[in-house]
Amino acid sequence: MTGWDRHLLLLSLGTLVLLVLFTAVGQVLRARLGEGPMVANFNTRVKAWWGMAALLALAFMAGRSGVVLLFAACSFAALREFVTLTRFRRADHWAMVTAFFVVFPLHYYLVWIDWYGLYAIFIPVYGFLFLPIIAVLRSDTSDFLARIAETQWALMLCVFCLSHVPALLYLRIPGYEGGNVLLIAFLVVVVQFSDVMQYVWGKLLGRRRIAPGLSPSKTVEGFLGGVATATLAGAGLWWMTPFTVLQAGGLALVITLMGFLGGLVMSAIKRDRGVKDWGHLIPGHGGFIDRLDSVIFAAPIFFHLVRYWWSTA
Amino acid sequence: MRRLAAAALAYLITLAARLVTAARAVWAGVPPLPEQRIYFANHRSNGDFVLIWTMLPPALRARSRPVAGADYWLGSALRRFVIRDVFDAVLVDRSGRAPKGAAIVAMLAALDAGRSLILFPEGTRNAGEAPLLPFRPGLYHLAAARPEIPLVPVWIENLNRVMPKGEVVPVPLICTVVFGEALQLEPGEERDAFLARAAAALAATREAECGP
Repeated sequence: MTGWDRHLLLLSLGTLVLLVLFTAVGQVLRARLGEGPMVANFNTRVKAWWGMAALLALAFMAGRSGVVLLFAACSFAALREFVTLTRFRRADHWAMVTAFFVVFPLHYYLVWIDWYGLYAIFIPVYGFLFLPIIAVLRSDTSDFLARIAETQWALMLCVFCLSHVPALLYLRIPGYEGGNVLLIAFLVVVVQFSDVMQYVWGKLLGRRRIAPGLSPSKTVEGFLGGVATATLAGAGLWWMTPFTVLQAGGLALVITLMGFLGGLVMSAIKRDRGVKDWGHLIPGHGGFIDRLDSVIFAAPIFFHLVRYWWSTA
Repeated sequence: MRRLAAAALAYLITLAARLVTAARAVWAGVPPLPEQRIYFANHRSNGDFVLIWTMLPPALRARSRPVAGADYWLGSALRRFVIRDVFDAVLVDRSGRAPKGAAIVAMLAALDAGRSLILFPEGTRNAGEAPLLPFRPGLYHLAAARPEIPLVPVWIENLNRVMPKGEVVPVPLICTVVFGEALQLEPGEERDAFLARAAAALAATREAECGP
């Protein structure tokens, strides 16, 4: 067992303890308060967390290919949720078929074989130019700009941005060989912990709404409390990263801020399309994008920062 | 052997429908109880009745028979097997050569055997921009002959975008099947008034769940 494996085991144990704790809290709440909607929602959420943690652990054990496959599956689920809400028309059928069955698998293949130079521009340049070309061949011009923009956004968010999570596995950081999977764990733990703590602080102290036009449940108190707690937690996880305590805290701050702002952007899109949740596949949480929105916005920035300052390639 | 093959194929069809569409049933107006009903739905895709059939819980599914066009489904041995043994459909002649009222007689026979029906009162697939085509009178004739059976409007959202008419590769979008509030023929209600009310109920089912 290498040092990194021990770190991963420690983190898994910590997660397990937290999940057991939350499950116990849920059962106590149910015994005390009865099966109200709030308690029931808490318990379904905790149950879904068990599933998500188990899937992530399984992917970590399966190694690189397992992690790439897991996030490819998440990208696929997210893409279908996003596209379902767009206004695409019959004329976009082949552009959509291309997005789902060519662009998406090819992008993840490039991530898997670690061809950074190509996957970094594949969707932003080639998808950007060629999908509108496929769409225009049907010569349906109504809402054309909106339609091609939505297609591009769907691929950028759900495939390109999200794929930066498994891409972390391929960074070569001197002295951190074999530990990259812990970078993913760091990112995911900080983002999800920040989401949970914003919710918790908001419920405990929340008074002033931070963006009433976008999200009625987000408050200034929840935002500050969540960001502060998750930043501290990130700093406290420095031992499993190539960072110092201060650096880990700084990166955690960037991650939580990006996650929060990303959540606002995704809320605005949901509002515009008139829905409350992106989907219904994760009980208690809504859709995949509802759970991944913060990760989608934080992952590329975290990836670039680490790549620029810590990695050799 | 034939029954086993039919059961296996039924499983594969529902699995494929679920994988491609991640479909969800919303029982907005009626609970999913195995009582006798006539489900009437909007029709935009060949997969429509497959999706409704997939969304019905097994007890309701075993009781229900989709209504389908004989011209298409009797065209090959495989189609004949699928439509008769897997879906157990009521086949109706749409060519105009059959005696008038034969389709209604076949549907009433299925109802009198205690079965539910899944049908598409628009009569043909809607390929235009309007959400619904005008209803054919068949639904009225059924309601007039068996006024005690509740008519349940079923709105299928998005399936037409998964696989529009003439395309071969599906786009795996999420589909929703909404079961609306049941209605019945009022005593003395005229045909056209009833058909308009049924169409309005189907449109309302859509708006309640999928927005205007």
